[in-house]
Amino acid sequence: MIQGLSIYHFLVVSTLMFFIGITGFIIRQNLITILLSVELILNSVVINFLVFNRFLYPDQLQGHFFSLFIIGIAAAEASVAVALIINIYRRIRNINADNVNEMKF
Amino acid sequence: MTDYSYTLLIPFIPFVVFLITGLFGNRWKPIVSGLMGTVGLAISFLLSLIVAYQYFFASAVDSYQALIPFNWLWLSLTDTLQMQMGVLLDPISVMMLVVVTTISFMVHIYSLGYMKGERGFERFYAFLSLFTFSMLGLVMSTNIFEMFVFYELVGACSYLLIGFYYEKPSAIAAMKKAFIVTRFADLGFLIGILILSFYTNTFDFEKLTQPGSDIYRNLAGLSFMGISALSWAMGLVFMGAAGKSAMFPFHIWLPDAMEGPTPVSALIHAATMVVAGVFTVARMFPVYYFHTPDVLIFIGYVGGFTSLFAAIIAITQNDIKRILAYSTLSQIGYMMVGLGISGYGGEAGLGYMAAMFHLFTHAMFKALLFLTAGAIIHAVHSNFMQDMGGLRKYLPVTHLTYLAAALAISGIPPFAGFFSKDEILAAAYHSNKLLFYTEYITAGITSFYIFRLYFGVFWGKNTQYKHKPHEAPLSMTIPLIFLALASTFVGFIPFHNLISPDMKPFTTEPEPMLITASVLIGLLGIAGAWVLYKKENDIPDRLSRWFGGLYTITYHKFYIDEIYLFITKNILFNMVARPVAWFDRHIVDGTMMGIGSVTVAISKKIKRFQSGELQQYAFVYVAGVILFVLTFLYYLG
Repeated sequence: MIQGLSIYHFLVVSTLMFFIGITGFIIRQNLITILLSVELILNSVVINFLVFNRFLYPDQLQGHFFSLFIIGIAAAEASVAVALIINIYRRIRNINADNVNEMKF
Repeated sequence: MTDYSYTLLIPFIPFVVFLITGLFGNRWKPIVSGLMGTVGLAISFLLSLIVAYQYFFASAVDSYQALIPFNWLWLSLTDTLQMQMGVLLDPISVMMLVVVTTISFMVHIYSLGYMKGERGFERFYAFLSLFTFSMLGLVMSTNIFEMFVFYELVGACSYLLIGFYYEKPSAIAAMKKAFIVTRFADLGFLIGILILSFYTNTFDFEKLTQPGSDIYRNLAGLSFMGISALSWAMGLVFMGAAGKSAMFPFHIWLPDAMEGPTPVSALIHAATMVVAGVFTVARMFPVYYFHTPDVLIFIGYVGGFTSLFAAIIAITQNDIKRILAYSTLSQIGYMMVGLGISGYGGEAGLGYMAAMFHLFTHAMFKALLFLTAGAIIHAVHSNFMQDMGGLRKYLPVTHLTYLAAALAISGIPPFAGFFSKDEILAAAYHSNKLLFYTEYITAGITSFYIFRLYFGVFWGKNTQYKHKPHEAPLSMTIPLIFLALASTFVGFIPFHNLISPDMKPFTTEPEPMLITASVLIGLLGIAGAWVLYKKENDIPDRLSRWFGGLYTITYHKFYIDEIYLFITKNILFNMVARPVAWFDRHIVDGTMMGIGSVTVAISKKIKRFQSGELQQYAFVYVAGVILFVLTFLYYLG
């Protein structure tokens, strides 16, 4: 238990991170930035898991395990996404999300 | 009990040959296919002779049994309604096996010479094998449905072979005509089968034709338009038979079918396929006799009318193959008459026996007539009598074999046709005088037109030929000689010991008066032809002028084709087909096209939703989630 901090402090931080991530995901053009936003969203979720585990069920460990899984998956996802972005760059010399719309219709 | 399971090979050898030559024939020299077909048929022919010997002569019993050595369940629809494929051996099917394989074998040999060098030689042989398979399957069918399947198969083979010269427009027209007419008749056949099996719960000939069986009880009392349901069913079955056998009014396809190669005409359109109808009626004979005698006598009258009608047309035609085609119609009419007036047991079954006998002898001499016609056409390169004359000097073998066949068809003893035709006349004399006189007159006309052909082609005027006609090669003359011998001697086979409706042998008394009368009318016909056509003279022209309109009508085959054309073109096409086509194009198609075009229009409008822009999707998604959450909070909170 961290002295002087209630659950709300943590939750406010994670919520802010989450919506910053969502906003970034929607409004930023650069695919790398979008990837960063996705990481933000994931990390906010991780914080949520840990906080709820710590504050509500202190003698259980599921939240911790989930966090570890999410971090691992986030790493894998980041590598795949970067590979995709590199390929897109090779193909269209550009990593703007607006230009990646060839798969419509 | 003899083991007959090898009979399965008889149809299957031609089938295998068909598959091999059909699939690989074009990779080899054409003659390979020809020889394969001929050898395969030779084996089937020998097996059929063995079957006939074992069945008829090896066992000394006083009545024959219907044997089913093989019956395989093909489709099991319900417990009672099952379709089987099998082999049925009884006197008529064994006899038909011999007929079909003999003629087919001879035609195979003959075609080696006749079709030599034709394009599509291997195709021709493949189809011949397929036809032989189908025809053998037809005669050995154990049930009426199997028979129907093979009916369609022989129809398809006939279609393919009539259109063998598929670059000739007339051949295409003829093949279509044959197919459509027989298909139309087969529709009746199918409906008849359905009515019959719906009420009796069986397809099997064995159960259907058993005298005194009670499977028809469900049909008792049912009637439609004043005619009992069973009569309808059997009448419709006869409609199919009439289509295949080219009985009036379905006869129009047969003369046109002569567009096919001559060996095909001999095999399919003279000896085997066209008697399938007669065979069907014979197969169902107990049903006709015991349950629907009205239909049976109707069959007799149709046969009688057709035989007279076709014989009259044959007098005025000039295409030698067409003359023979009309002669075929006329002779099949004889067989139908024989069946129509027949009784069941003992001596009353004379008509039935005579019809089968005539089928047998007719197959021999009519195939021979066609094959000689083929040899003549081969020599002269024309189908028309005007281009022929005095050919006896050039074609001695053809001349003599044709003479044998002509004497056989005219019913001059001791040739085969005499015995069978005389028995039909005798049977008719005792049961139906009207049919007797019809057939009696027809016999005279028959010998007249067949000898008109004989004198016109082999005697008559001395035509100058551009190329000197030469006798056909050995592969063509051997079948001619074989069939000429058959036409001369098969009459001595004691058919009444072999075939009868109840499968028991019976004896008949020859009637000298009738025999004398029938020989006399045959001779009269020959004499008439002698006077008119032996030497070139102007009596035929004067006679035709004297008959005037009658001659013209006959020459145009009583305008039956024109009537058909009128009915189909003006009535069916204009009054039925066009409205239906309009309905189809505008209402049915319109509805469907409408649905399609509305869908296309809408989708064009809404396809902008799918922009492919990732962030737009994400925004919509997140906005939706927030909306949901707020909604839930509002209502639940």
